[in-house]
Amino acid sequence: MSTAAEQRSARAPWALTAPALMLFVGVLLIPLAMTVMLSFHDWGQYKGIEPVFILKNWREIATDPYYAEMFWRTFRIAIVTTLLTAVLGAPEAYILNRMSGRWKSIFLLVILGPLLISVVARTLGWALLFGGNNGLVNKLLMSAGLIHAPIPFMFTETGMVVALAHVMMPFMVLSVWAALQRLDPQIENAALSLGAGPVTIIRRIIMPQIMPGVLSGAIIVFSLSASAFATPAIIGGRRLKVAATLAYDEFLNTLDWPLGAAVATLLLVALVLIVVGSNALIERRYAEVFR
Amino acid sequence: MAYLELDRVGKQFGTQTVVDDFSLAVGKGEFVSFLGPSGCGKTTTLQMIAGFLDPTHGAIRLEDKDLTAIHPAKRGLGIVFQSYALFPHMTAAENVAFGLEMRKVARSERTERVRAALAMVGLAGYEDRHPRRMSGGQQQRVALARALVIKPSVLLLDEPLSNLDAKLREEMQIELRQIQRTIGTTTILVTHDQNEAMSLSDRIVVMSQGRIEQIGTPQETYERPASAFVSQFLGKTNDFAATIDRTRAPALLMAGSWSAPAPIGLSGSVTVSVRPERIGFGNTGLSAKIITRIFQGNHWLFQCDSECGPAIVIRQNDGERQPVEGEAVRLAWRPEDMSVRGGASA
Repeated sequence: MSTAAEQRSARAPWALTAPALMLFVGVLLIPLAMTVMLSFHDWGQYKGIEPVFILKNWREIATDPYYAEMFWRTFRIAIVTTLLTAVLGAPEAYILNRMSGRWKSIFLLVILGPLLISVVARTLGWALLFGGNNGLVNKLLMSAGLIHAPIPFMFTETGMVVALAHVMMPFMVLSVWAALQRLDPQIENAALSLGAGPVTIIRRIIMPQIMPGVLSGAIIVFSLSASAFATPAIIGGRRLKVAATLAYDEFLNTLDWPLGAAVATLLLVALVLIVVGSNALIERRYAEVFR
Repeated sequence: MAYLELDRVGKQFGTQTVVDDFSLAVGKGEFVSFLGPSGCGKTTTLQMIAGFLDPTHGAIRLEDKDLTAIHPAKRGLGIVFQSYALFPHMTAAENVAFGLEMRKVARSERTERVRAALAMVGLAGYEDRHPRRMSGGQQQRVALARALVIKPSVLLLDEPLSNLDAKLREEMQIELRQIQRTIGTTTILVTHDQNEAMSLSDRIVVMSQGRIEQIGTPQETYERPASAFVSQFLGKTNDFAATIDRTRAPALLMAGSWSAPAPIGLSGSVTVSVRPERIGFGNTGLSAKIITRIFQGNHWLFQCDSECGPAIVIRQNDGERQPVEGEAVRLAWRPEDMSVRGGASA
């Protein structure tokens, strides 16, 4: 092959991906880099943003226990949400997979339902049911005499977890369902014929094979929950902040952009590390099932 | 005495009858094949024996005990599935050990039996391989070892060789037969491959549309097919329309210009069925013209246009001169080489 042709073929992939690459760099990498840079800038009530390089914001995040508590809360909510979706979603997917044609499509729609409704409307729905003395469920339970005070839901971590789990469930169910599709349709019969009871079949045969699905679902749910904004903003408000709502408030209320940028950057870096790390771990652990 | 007995077993899905009036007695140590095209109910019958499906009517008995009353997990049957259904997250040894574990066999005995089972199927040294790192043939062997290690009362094979290539399939057939002979496990094989059924089984159950067409040894079903379906399904065959003339004495069976003394007890129009390798070229008989001749190494295959319709003839490549394309020939066969169906009883 001539050198000119070689050069041409070496350049072709770059030329072909250039438009997408430019968009990617323009709308993602540059703003991201600017956000990271912003986190090193100074800010004052009266002087605004000063483009200097200082570690003030990062030092504040590292030393003020307020931020540690808030990040810990963010990840605690994400972890509990992930566990909840896994514990409910995996059996849900298994049952869904065993349903026959028509029921399967109906229930798939039910499961996908939360994704079809605006996050604001859906979360406000939870607020209408459980919000203080006027919440529908609280009113009913109190008038029935079952409870004396409204169930604490708004401005609680429990409320946030429940509302987040509700919207994250489809990701878990679909992920586990995809893993179930890969199962040999005769595998349960094979185990049955060898003398395994229903519990053993689930525990020894089905679970290990859908575990990769559960774990990849968990990664999606965890990262989406940890960076969720709308649900924590409505349920938690200003009283119960998470990383995303804190960054928002720093940007738009305090107007301390550099501090908000530092919070956002830290959240991003932590999430990337957790996701990449656990993904590598899962792929090594379940190499045989993935093949 | 029958070891495994199916007594007028039937299965219906809604209004659709998948298996109808299936009766069969399998002797201990016997190798029986269910042979038929897809959708003939052979797999459904197997699944009823395995317990994955319940028969709509009829009874299945093993050593005179009602098998249908026993939970599938307690039946103690060994099953090899078409897809093998190995547990992909377990090694070959763990797959084979699973059934023993369920039977609470002690660890030391378990290891020993797993090792022996894998050695029997020619997989010694593959204990720690995962199924997805094995070839199709190896996976098949693991599946067989897994089914046999529990010392099943009956071994059920559901099209076990259909996913293998032709050469490997032949090897596995021989091996399967040897293993079955050695350990003497009563075996039922479901297959749509007539060669497989013929080379492996003691008896063949030919099925079509949920019904048994014929039960017999491979030779019986091939030489004396009980129905047009059986003769067509088991190898190639020629069906000629013929008539039996009882007005003459002695009575004659005539297919075109071929004739023979009529068999006893039949009259009117009948169908004569002759295997292509039983037809020879002679001076008398059915007149025909060779359309094509195909050389296949050890034999020649002739497609002819005869006075009774198309015919195929297979001749050994014995060095004799064979007719060429376009040549007019006479087709003849011995009366004992044909089977006669239909006709009225005389």
